[in-house]
Formats: sequence, C-alpha cells, structure tokens
Amino acid sequence: MKPAPFDYFAPTSVEEAVDRLAELGYSGKVLAGGQSLIPAMNFRMARPAALVDLNKIEELAYIRPTDDGGLAIGTMTRDSVVEDSDLVKQRFPIVAEVMPNIAHKQIRNRGTFGGAIAHADPAAQIPALTLLLDAKLKIISKKGERWVDAPDFFMGPFMTVLEPEDLLAEVLLPGLQPGTGSSYKQVSRQKGGYAQAAAITKVVMDGIKVKDVRVVLFSVGETAILTQEPARVLTGQVPTSEAIEAVAAYVAMNECDPGSDIHGTTEYRRNLVHVLVRRSLNEAIERAKK
Amino acid sequence: MADKVNVKITVNGKLYEREVEPRLLLSDFIRHDLGLTGTHVGCEHGLCGACTVLMNGESVRSCILFTVMADGAEIRTVESLGTMDNMHPLQEAFQEKHALQCGFCTPGILMTAVEFLDGNPNPTAEEAREAIDGNFCRCTGYENIVEAVQLAAKKMAAH
Repeated sequence: MKPAPFDYFAPTSVEEAVDRLAELGYSGKVLAGGQSLIPAMNFRMARPAALVDLNKIEELAYIRPTDDGGLAIGTMTRDSVVEDSDLVKQRFPIVAEVMPNIAHKQIRNRGTFGGAIAHADPAAQIPALTLLLDAKLKIISKKGERWVDAPDFFMGPFMTVLEPEDLLAEVLLPGLQPGTGSSYKQVSRQKGGYAQAAAITKVVMDGIKVKDVRVVLFSVGETAILTQEPARVLTGQVPTSEAIEAVAAYVAMNECDPGSDIHGTTEYRRNLVHVLVRRSLNEAIERAKK
Repeated sequence: MADKVNVKITVNGKLYEREVEPRLLLSDFIRHDLGLTGTHVGCEHGLCGACTVLMNGESVRSCILFTVMADGAEIRTVESLGTMDNMHPLQEAFQEKHALQCGFCTPGILMTAVEFLDGNPNPTAEEAREAIDGNFCRCTGYENIVEAVQLAAKKMAAH
C-alpha cells in the first residue's frame, strides 16, 4: 500500500506548469487534489514516472462571476469551497445541491472541481454537471489555449481529450435562463458512496409548457450521459405525468448502459434510472414553476 | 530513486523541516518520521477515515496526501487535543458516553468532530451522524459516538 517512486515538480505558475508538462510528455501526470490519483497510486494501479503538483499555483483557485450570470471556476478550486460558495448557491443552486453528495467532507476539502473533470470517472458528479450546464473547458498547453465544450471533452471511462502536455485550467458555466428549475436524484448504498444510478435535470417552463429540458445520467454508462429523449418529446409540450412516465421508461431502456455488479444487476439499475428520471423531472418542473 | 524534497510543516504548533521522498504519505510522515502514532492508518486508500487530521483547520485524510503537498501547512493531530489529566471536551464526552471500544477509529473521528463542531456548535443528532459519514467504526454502531459529539458540543458551549 505504498506508491512507487516518482519525480516530483511543484510549479508556482501556470506557465511553469505547462513548460514542465511539455517537457515530461507521456511520463508526466498532473496532480490536483489527489483524492482519486493517490489511492490508485497506493494500490500501484497508477505508476506515473513524474507528477506535476498544481497545489502551489494560487492563480488556479477562484470562483468569479461572469457578465452573463454564469461563473468561471478555476480548476484547483476545492470541492468544499464550491459547496459553500454563496455565488454558486445564487447562480447554480443545482451545483450547491449536488456537491455534498460527493464522497465525504475530508475528501471534498482536498478534491478539486477541475480534477474531477479531468479524471472523468463515469460515476462522478462533476463531469455530469458540466454536461447539464453546457460548461466550456479551458485547456492550456505550451502551444497555447483552447476551449472545448463539455460533450466533446469526455471520450470514455477515465478518458478525455486532454493530451499529456495539457492542463485543464478553467470551467466556464454560462448563466442559466431565468426561471430554470433543477433537481438531483441518486441512489447509493450509503451516504458518500458511489451512486448506483443518478439523474440530474434542468427545466425552463413557458407557462404550462416546457421550453427547454435536459436530463443527464451518470454511473450507468461509460461516461456521464446527456440524454436526448426528454428534449425531443417534452419541448413545447405540457409535461403530463403520462408523458414524463413514457420519457423515463424510454431513457431507462435505450439511453443508458448500466453494468451488473455485487450491488445491483443491470435490470435493477435500469429500474433505478426509470424512477430517478421521473422524480427529477417532476421536481425540476415544480421548481421551475415557482 | 526520485530526489528528496525539502518540506517545512508545522505539526501541533511545532515546525519541522525534513527531507522526504515525494511518495511519502502524510500519514507515514506523521507516524514514522515524527513518531506521532495517535493518527491511525486503516485502509490506506481513503475509505475508512481513521487517518483524518486537520490541515490548515480542515479535515483531510492523511493517507491520500503526499507529505510534499503539505509543505507550508499547519497540521493538527489527535495529540494536540488534550492530555490524560486535561482532556479535550470531545475526549471527555467520548469517555462518558462510552463512544469507543477498540479505539482504532477514534482519532479520526475526534479530528473530524473538531472541524464539525467548529462550524456547527449545536448540532442535531442527524447533523452529527452526517458529519461522521466518512469515518468507519466497526465496534460501536455509531449511536454512542453521535451522542458523544452532541455532549461535547454542550461541554464546549459551557466552557
């Protein structure tokens, strides 16, 4: 239970960090909060030859309001800081609602918002939030900077478009439309444990009709899943309980791919998706009406 | 072998300057290098919470942090709480409520509770239960721990 040796670099600026990452290439790995990487290294499932530790780069930890009502979140912002931020509560109540479900306080005190996105665990909450909220991800390397939309960022389980020399620097969340309602529903075996299935929904209503709806699932596929059926069926319609039920059933059968393990079968977890999509749609619509 | 790194870390108010291997876990630094064996190591991969210490006032799991990441930080371990003759209100409450049996998980729970009571001086049982959701106890069934955390809150308010 001890990590293999590695070379260690602790840059104090982004410039220094991307220079180092470019020099190290495939032998380098970014260390953010370390709350997933270090356990993997303790097991020696991960054996990076060199770590570039971002913890001393103060310019990467911030939450800044943007003019469109959104937020720019620096990659090294701790999960607990996001969780407790008044700006986050005001502008993205769904983010504040989701954060306390990530592992435990001790983990959230060190884990980082950007680290979770770069790690791309299919059972993680923050990557799912980026899909829900149309996040734009700022990537910096020695070659320059580029922006990637969240749906284009995740390639598979623990796989993203990040190259070895890349640094995920900022998460930009565009402002929500006024009157957006949202809801988070998950089932896990214990508080802080991995979700067996989870659904996050946001809805904008136009009177009694749905103007815009989005449902994201996680823990039931190779990445978080931005579902298609809710928007296809419900947009412009009155969301009757029959329509919501049909959408939830369709999503559970056709838009996720849950595995079987000792905690639950594929069939059981499809059933969870069905129930959680229904509940989160209902709650998000209720909240949007207020 | 990777080069050693110089770190300066304050532990329980005392500044230590050491050369450490980058891969040295903070839990091993505390126990092996500093000899502070009050911090316990259970699972060694961030599940059980036994190794919880405070880093700049925040609870962290020392088995999933490298010592080098704590360079410049202030660490508090269970040894900072009290002595046999002059126990911390949390320690008194754990004794009075019989909130430990084997005691292996206790240091981690105490340090978790220090941070928790700092932010919530009058918790409900539900809140106390949630606060220790990252700490495994395999003996007590948690009931007495929850009661002890609440009793400690009352003791600390009376101080």
